Amino acid sequence: MREMLKMIIVLTALCSFSGGLLAALRNETMEKIENQQLEFVKGPAIRNILKGSANDPIADRFKIKDGETEKSFFVGKFDGKAETVVFESTGKGFGGDIGLMVGVNVADDKIVGVGVTTHSETPGIGSRAQTDPRFAAQFKGLSLTGDFKVKNDGGQVDAISGATVTSKGIAVAVTEAAKTYTSLKPQLAEKLKGFK
Amino acid sequence: MAKSVTQEFTKGLWAEIPPFRLVLGLCPVLAVTKSVENAIGMGVAVIFVLVGSNVLVSMLRKIIPSKVRIACFIIVVATFVTVVELLMQAYTYPLFLKLGIFIPLIVVNCILLGRAEAFAYKNGIISSFADGLGLGIGFTMSLTALAAIREVFGSGTFYGNQVFGPDFQPFNFMVEAPGAFVCLGLMLCVMNSIGKK
Repeated sequence: MREMLKMIIVLTALCSFSGGLLAALRNETMEKIENQQLEFVKGPAIRNILKGSANDPIADRFKIKDGETEKSFFVGKFDGKAETVVFESTGKGFGGDIGLMVGVNVADDKIVGVGVTTHSETPGIGSRAQTDPRFAAQFKGLSLTGDFKVKNDGGQVDAISGATVTSKGIAVAVTEAAKTYTSLKPQLAEKLKGFK
Repeated sequence: MAKSVTQEFTKGLWAEIPPFRLVLGLCPVLAVTKSVENAIGMGVAVIFVLVGSNVLVSMLRKIIPSKVRIACFIIVVATFVTVVELLMQAYTYPLFLKLGIFIPLIVVNCILLGRAEAFAYKNGIISSFADGLGLGIGFTMSLTALAAIREVFGSGTFYGNQVFGPDFQPFNFMVEAPGAFVCLGLMLCVMNSIGKK
């Protein structure tokens, strides 16, 4: 009986100690880890879209509530004006969700650039959506409103040859981004005033 | 105590160097030795966990009831591994992306449980510390040696730097899994033949 009790006490104490320690450490490192993920996973796409901005878009970010979830917006300053924001949207690709950063100029609602962040597309085929700048460049200058489709479906952009599903997924992601942008624009404009 | 602290430390560097002498913990050995950078990262993580768990197990060895000792060892090891995982994510994120699943898998690495069971549970704190440090450094050295061979031949680089000219055709076999087995086998063969003399 005594031995049983000892086992229970030792195991419980050890588990609680370890649980407490890990919880504390997790709290400590949470923010740091989030920054690192932004920097290495989403950072390249964000910086590419906002190339030449006067500020650090990852440091100058804010969140807006979109229904249940919070969305992060990354601000880029050009010529002293904070009018460009980048945010993430997702679409279904060939191998799973595709994360897409969409940059938009709030002054004229035009897309300044898009870039793929995370994907599980076929290497060398669907993955060209991330590596081949020509595909992403087609979205530049279009108005971020309404539906986006590939040309086969009567839309605006040429699909990547051999990777139609991926291209459609990206078009869906941009369409989603347009919806988010339209519904959040008032709050967005409000927040951006703070950056001037 | 039969051996001195120095002996406990140095045995891990040659006489009992894992994984060549103690053929334990092969899973990460085969998986992460594609490049020297990964091997060193993995080695440092293992050193930290091994030293930490050895010291803690040795400190608690009088309290831990022998019937639940394995469960206790696993808790201690898992705690240290999670600490490493969080710290890696927070400070060396690119390395974490490359090592990925193999960091959590340190928990089931036989070296850790083996040392806790066979050494730390029976010995004092200082010799457990020396044992953990020695074996950890030995493990890192072996990983690095293996990775150096595989990286140089498999991708023509060392620690990410080109060693051969641009015309070098990488010997892809070496960075694939079968190459890891062959390479490990050859290393074991060399180690054993040296030991016999």
